[in-house]
Amino acid sequence: MMKIRAYLTQRRLFIFLLSLTAGWIVLALIAPLLAPHDPLATNFAKVLQPSSPEYPLGTDQLGRCVLSRLLYGARTSLLLTFMMIGIVFSLGAAVGVVAGFLRGLVDTMLMRLCDTLMAFPGLIFAIAVVGMLGPGLFNTVVALSVVWWAKYARMARSLVISLQQKEFVTAAAFSGARKIQIISRTILPNMLPPLIVMAMMDVGGMMLSISGLSFLGLGAQPPDPEWGAMLNEGRRYLQTAPWLLIYPGLAIFSTVIIFNLLGDSLRDVLDPKKNTV
Amino acid sequence: MRMMAYTRIKPGKGVLLLGRYIVKRLVQLVAVLFGITFLTFLLTYLSPGDPARLMLMSTGVTPSDELVRQVRSELGLDKPFLVRYGTWLGQVVTGDFGTSYKYDRPVLDVLMARLPATLKLTGSAMFLVILISFPLGVLSAVRRNRWLDYVIRLFSFAGLSMPSFWLGMLLMLVFGVQLKLLPVMGNSGWHSLILPAVTLAIPLIAQYSRQIRAVMLEEIGQNYVVGARARGVKESMIIWQHILPNSLLPIVTLLGMTTGALLGGAAIVESLFVWPGVGQMAVDAIFTRDYPLIQGYVIWMAVIYVTLNLIVDLWTHLRDPRIQLDVDV
Repeated sequence: MMKIRAYLTQRRLFIFLLSLTAGWIVLALIAPLLAPHDPLATNFAKVLQPSSPEYPLGTDQLGRCVLSRLLYGARTSLLLTFMMIGIVFSLGAAVGVVAGFLRGLVDTMLMRLCDTLMAFPGLIFAIAVVGMLGPGLFNTVVALSVVWWAKYARMARSLVISLQQKEFVTAAAFSGARKIQIISRTILPNMLPPLIVMAMMDVGGMMLSISGLSFLGLGAQPPDPEWGAMLNEGRRYLQTAPWLLIYPGLAIFSTVIIFNLLGDSLRDVLDPKKNTV
Repeated sequence: MRMMAYTRIKPGKGVLLLGRYIVKRLVQLVAVLFGITFLTFLLTYLSPGDPARLMLMSTGVTPSDELVRQVRSELGLDKPFLVRYGTWLGQVVTGDFGTSYKYDRPVLDVLMARLPATLKLTGSAMFLVILISFPLGVLSAVRRNRWLDYVIRLFSFAGLSMPSFWLGMLLMLVFGVQLKLLPVMGNSGWHSLILPAVTLAIPLIAQYSRQIRAVMLEEIGQNYVVGARARGVKESMIIWQHILPNSLLPIVTLLGMTTGALLGGAAIVESLFVWPGVGQMAVDAIFTRDYPLIQGYVIWMAVIYVTLNLIVDLWTHLRDPRIQLDVDV
């Protein structure tokens, strides 16, 4: 009885967190309707103004509306984060499936590449990749993809290999399913849940990486509104206009918390065995 | 006081296995470093911009095409990719990372001048991490599902979700601007180390105390703990004498892996606090397109990280014969 109740509480928590996430996404999508000003419009008569009815969260060093920039920034930050997770997920899963099925030389070479990438602090390598290719959002996407896909590939590969030994796969093979059918109908659906949990647990970290690179000036470039980049622009006004760094930081912090909770909660819902620990 | 039974490897065979294990790990280490140099060089090769032109531009004049071509052949830039990689790798192995475009000094000199500041920062942060996360993790595990555990877990969750650059700014705002207790930027004596070290440490304390809690909880569930309890051993005795020594090895392994996050985080924290370390130097080098300096930075960080983890692994293997020496993999 207790267990069922705990399970239901968890599901409710999960749905609540999911709706919070959906709320952020909706906010990002309808930003043009909500934003009181154009996020790029400068107003040199009202530079570094604190919160006022006209500018609810104040203005920055160029007189741009902080609230509007935050709302538009949600588009860049959130959509980029989801896009990145999608990229590393599909790239990693594809490589892992290929390596797990083919084995042999291809497998060895791909896995050695993964080992090299994973045996190295990710953020430093990402900084290096952006550094060589030049700052910019596109290069940030390239850099983070290069760094993150490897762990998905490793996971997908080990899932493929372990699933191939399962009875139901043998049964499918005996009943005359072709290899491509076994892969697409039997193995792929079974390897998705653990991979999806892994991806969900990574969303928060990915967001921190993207905004971290933008904060260093390597990601989103001015005047584009992005939360990390806004903090980077605002840091010179630490003493005179602290709202320039409080609100964007709060935006990052709150979304990352939601994503991290969502990841944990999804893991608990999909894997009730872990609850006992 | 190791309570768990394990099959002892015979001394002679054990030493032999350990020797093979060390050799295997060293080969792996070389392979990983080789891979990293290759990727680093490939990136430079793919990067936009002509190094010869960049080098000449950094002297402040716009070079003629004739001069650029001459410098290109002097630097060997007109040779095929693999030949250039071979030449470059040969130099890197002997410690020659080339000349920094910006400083016009050997990359190694520039790096070495900056490295002490980074080591001081990461070292102090690591000290804080060990000092604080150990008691937090142990307390959290021992008082599982009581209010103290919830408070610690809440803190650790918040710390994991906090962008370090924002945390640093908030600390600057409170302790530097409002209270005027600590210097906000630069390196002027030991008290300017406090804010960057704390900023760097907090997310890691959050992560690490969580991991220590998990490791401790796993040990608490083991049979030898049940056995000790059944024999009437005092609970504090069980924790300090039995569980903690057994949890130490996985905790140290995790600590080795944390150094990666530490070195990466240092780049952001150094850049925020204008701390004169290698991370800040690397970020600056990106904007001046000082490729040799970026290469040197990446390779050095890789060497530090990989070597440290090798030492940690060897140490854990020496300490704990339960761990299988997977020589055959």
